[in-house]
Amino acid sequence: MQGLLQSTLRDSPLIMPEVMLAFFGLAILLTDFLLEPKQKAWNALTASLGVIFSALALWLLKPLAAISAEGFHGAIVVDPFFMLFGFIFLAATLLVIFLSVRYLELEDEHHGEYYALMLFSTVGMMFLACGNDLVTLFIALETMAISFYVLSGFLRRDRRSNEGALKYVLLGAFSSGILAYGFSLLYGISGSTNLNTIATVLAQRPHGDLMVVIAVMTVSAGVFFKIAAVPFHQWAPDVYEGAPTPITAYVSVASKTASFALLLRLYLGVFWPVRMDWTALLTAVAILSMTVGNLAAITQTNIKRLLAYSSISHVGYILLGLVAGNERGLQAMMFYLLTYAFFNTGAFAIVIVLRRKGVIGDEMEDLNGLSQRNPAAAILMLIFLLSLAGVPPTAGFVGKLLIFWALIETGHTKLAVLAVLYILPAVYYYFRMIAAMWSREATDQVRPRISMGQAVALAAMVLVTLAAGVYPEPFLRLATYSLLTPFGR
Amino acid sequence: MLFSDNHILSTILFTPLVGAILMLVIPRQNTNAHRWMGNLFGFLGFAVSLPLVWRFKFGETDFQFRQTLDWIPSINAHYSIGIDGISLLMVMLTTILGAIAILSSWSAIQKREKEYYILLLLLQTGVWGSDRRLYAAIKFFLYTLAGSVVMLLAILAIYFRTNTFDIREILLSHNPIFSPQLQTWLFWGFFFAFAIKVPMFPFHTWLPDAHTEAPTAGSVILAGVLLKMGTYGFLRFSVPMFPDATMRFRWIMIVLSIIGIVYGALVCMMQKDMKKLIAYSSVSHMGFCTLGIFALTPLGLSGSIIQQVNHGISTGALFLVVGVLYERRHTRLISEFGGLSTPMPNFAAAYLIITLSSLGMPLLNGFVGEFTILRGVFEVRWQWAAWGVLGVVLGAAYLLWLYQRVMFGNITNPLNEHLPDLNGREFFTLGTLIILAFWIGIYPAPLFNVLDKPVKQIVLRYDPNYYTPQSTASAAPAGGASIQIVVTDKAPAMKMSTPAAAPQKDSK
Repeated sequence: MQGLLQSTLRDSPLIMPEVMLAFFGLAILLTDFLLEPKQKAWNALTASLGVIFSALALWLLKPLAAISAEGFHGAIVVDPFFMLFGFIFLAATLLVIFLSVRYLELEDEHHGEYYALMLFSTVGMMFLACGNDLVTLFIALETMAISFYVLSGFLRRDRRSNEGALKYVLLGAFSSGILAYGFSLLYGISGSTNLNTIATVLAQRPHGDLMVVIAVMTVSAGVFFKIAAVPFHQWAPDVYEGAPTPITAYVSVASKTASFALLLRLYLGVFWPVRMDWTALLTAVAILSMTVGNLAAITQTNIKRLLAYSSISHVGYILLGLVAGNERGLQAMMFYLLTYAFFNTGAFAIVIVLRRKGVIGDEMEDLNGLSQRNPAAAILMLIFLLSLAGVPPTAGFVGKLLIFWALIETGHTKLAVLAVLYILPAVYYYFRMIAAMWSREATDQVRPRISMGQAVALAAMVLVTLAAGVYPEPFLRLATYSLLTPFGR
Repeated sequence: MLFSDNHILSTILFTPLVGAILMLVIPRQNTNAHRWMGNLFGFLGFAVSLPLVWRFKFGETDFQFRQTLDWIPSINAHYSIGIDGISLLMVMLTTILGAIAILSSWSAIQKREKEYYILLLLLQTGVWGSDRRLYAAIKFFLYTLAGSVVMLLAILAIYFRTNTFDIREILLSHNPIFSPQLQTWLFWGFFFAFAIKVPMFPFHTWLPDAHTEAPTAGSVILAGVLLKMGTYGFLRFSVPMFPDATMRFRWIMIVLSIIGIVYGALVCMMQKDMKKLIAYSSVSHMGFCTLGIFALTPLGLSGSIIQQVNHGISTGALFLVVGVLYERRHTRLISEFGGLSTPMPNFAAAYLIITLSSLGMPLLNGFVGEFTILRGVFEVRWQWAAWGVLGVVLGAAYLLWLYQRVMFGNITNPLNEHLPDLNGREFFTLGTLIILAFWIGIYPAPLFNVLDKPVKQIVLRYDPNYYTPQSTASAAPAGGASIQIVVTDKAPAMKMSTPAAAPQKDSK
C-alpha cells in the first residue's frame, strides 16, 4: 500500500496535463451555477485557461519525453509521440472553444457543461495518446467517446442533432464492443495488458497465426470506426450534419486525430511485427475510403455532409502513409494530421460564421455570393478549401505530396497514381463551393459578421495552413521528432 | 547597380506579389487607386525584368542569374531559380504582356475592380467573363490540374532516380540517366501536363471555352503566357531528359501537331464568335510550335521558340482587338460587324498589321517563326512541312476572311456607324505589340543569338556529331549512318538536307 502511494506520487507529474484539464472541467461545473445566462462566456475563459495550463504542464514534460518515461507500472508512457499529439489536441480544443462562444449564444444553448465535456473529452484523448496499456487505452477511448456522444446531441431541441447523437451512441457502443473483444484476444494471446509485453509475444508468433489475425481484424474494425474509415463510416455524415457545428469540427479533427494516435500506437507498437498480416487489409480500407469519400461527396448539397465525406477521403490518404510504412510515410501521416487539424477546423469555422438567427448556414446556397457579403470569410474559406483539395501553396499539398512520396519510394506506384487521380473529384466538389462564393449572386444580402473569438481562431488556422504550405520545414521537423518506434530512437 | 545578378529573378517574381498584397489593404471603394496600383506594379514588373536583357551573357551554356536557397531540407527541396536563353524570352514575354494586359483593362472592368487587379497580378480567368464562365473555369481548372498531378508523380519518380530536384543538375548529367522503360513512363507522365497546357490536339477543348468566358486581359495572359508553359515544359523536360522516349514517340507528337494545325485552322473557318475563332487559331499556331520542337533540328527548335514569342504578341494583340470591339459593342459575333474601317480608320490599320503578322507575312514576326519551323521540319521530312504549309495557307484564309467580314463592305448595322476610333491607351497597347512584331520580323538576329546555345545543347543530346565539320548539316538527330545530300545556300542559317533513315522508320 505504501509502495503504491509512493509510486503514484512519483509518477503523478506525468499526468499533470490531464489533471489540469480535469480540474478546470470540474471547476466549470462548479462555477457555472454562479453565472447569469448572459455571463456564460466566462466558462469559455475558464476552459481556455484549463487548456493553456495543460499545455504548460505538457511543455514541462519535454525532458521526460526525451527518455520516454513510463509511469504507473507501464500504464502510460510520455514520449515525443505523445507530446506532438497532446499539442494537436490542445490546439484543436482551444480553437473550438473560441469558435463555440457565439455559436452557442445563437443557439440559446449556452451551458457550462458544454465546455466541461470538451475538457473531459480532451482528457480522454490525451490518455489515448500516452496510454501504453489496453485497459488505459480502452477507458481513455470511452471517456472521449461518451463526451462526444453528449456533445453531438447538445442541441436538444434540434431533431437532426438528436438523431445524429443516437446513431453515434448505438454504432459507437457496437464498435467499442468489437474493440474490447479484440483487446481480450490480445490479452488471451499474451497474458498481459501491457503493450510492450504484447508486442514481444506477437513477434514470436508465426506468420498468419489465426488468433493474431482475428485479434488484429477486430481491433482494426473498432479503430476504423472511430476514424470513420470505409466500411465503418456510416455514422459520420449524420453526426457531422446534426451536431453543433463547432462539435462537428471537433469530432472531425480532434476525435479523429486521437483515434489515429491509438491506431498508430497499436499498429506501430504492437502489430508491427506481424505487419504482413494487415498491410493488405489496410490498403483495401484506404482505397475504399478514398473512393467512397470522394465520390459520395460530389453529390452533397449540405456543406457539413460534404465535409464529412471529404474527411473520410482524407482518412484514406492518411492511412496510405501507414501502407507505405517507411519513415517518410509516417512523417507524412504526422504532418498531415498536424496540419489537417487546422485547415479542416478552418473550413468548419466559416460554416460557423455563416450561422445566425434563423439560418443554419450549412447549405451550399448559404455560400452564394459570400465574396461580396464578407470578402474576408470568402478568402479564408478559399484557402482552407484549396488546402483540403491539396493545391499548393497550402499545407494540404505538402501533406499529400509526402504521402505520394512515401508510396513511390516503397514501390506502390499504382496506389500513388490512384491516390493522385482521386484529387480530381475532390477538386471538383471543393471548387463547387468556391464557385458558389464567387460566381453566384447572393441569395440574401445579410453580411455575416466575424466575432472576436472567431477572428482569433481563424487567424491562427490560416497562418498554420499557409506557413506549413510555404515553409513546411519546422512542421516536418516536428513530425520527425514525434516518430514512434520502429522509426524513432 | 541596385540589384546584384542573383536577385534580379527573385525581384521579378515577387514584384507582382508585393503589388497584390498592397492592394489587399486598399479599401475596395477606391477603384482608381486599384487601377493605378495594378498598372504601376504591372509596369514595375516589366521594368525590373529589363536588366536581364543587357546583362544576359549570350555565349554562356549554363543557366544564368542563378540563385539557390535552402527551402525544405527535410525533402531536399531548394528555392532554385535561373534562366537560359529560352527562359529569357519567356520571362520578357510574360512581363511585357502582363503590363499590357493590365493596361488594357482600364475601362473594360467595371465591377469588383479590387479583386480583378489583385488576381490579374496573380493571374487567372474568373468572375469577370460572361454567361458560362463557371463551366469554363471549372473545366479549365480540372483539365490543367489533371495534367499537373500526374506530372507530380513523374517528378517524384525522377527524384528517386537522381536524388535531386535540381533541373540543372539533371540536365548537366549528359548521358541518359533513365532506362528506356522508365523514360516511357516519365515521358507520358509529363506529356499530359504539357499537352493539356499547349493545348495539343485531343486536349484542346478547354481552350475555346476558357477564352470565350475570360475577359480580354485574361485571354491575353492565357494565350500569351500560360500556353507557353506547355511548350516550354516539352523543351525543358521531355525533350532533353528523355531522348530515347522522345525519339520513339516523336511520330505521335508530330501527327498530333499536324492534326492540331489543320484541324484548328478548319474549325476557325466555321466560327461565328470572333474570340472563339482566335482561340482556335491558337490551337493551330501552337501546333506549329510543337511541330518545330519535335523536328529536333536547330531550326525547328529555335523557330518553335520564336514562334511562341510571336504567338504571344500576335494572338495577344488579336485578343486586344476583339476587346476593343467588345468594349464598344458588347458583342463578339462577327455578323454584328461589317464595314468598320470607315468609322475606325486607325483601328483598321492596326488590326490589319496584326492580322498580317499572325498569318505570317514577311517583314512581320509570324513569317520568321513559321518559316524557320518549316525549314527545320523540312530537313527531316518534307511531308510534314507540306502539312504545315497547308496550315499557313488556311491561316491566311481564316484571318483575312475574318478581317474582311468585320472591316470591309458597307456598314449594315446602324449601331456601328459612329463607333469611336482607338483612344490613346489602346493606341499604346496595340502599338507596342506592333512595334515588337516589326522588330522580330525585320531583325530577328538577337533572338536567334539568345537561343543559339540552349538549342545547341538540346540537339547535341540527339546527335553529338551534329555540329562537327564533317557533318555540318546532318539532319538526322540521333540517326544512324545515312546518305546526306548537302545543299548550302548563301545564308548561313539555311542549310538544307534530305531526311535521314532513322526517323523515317519511326514515323511510319
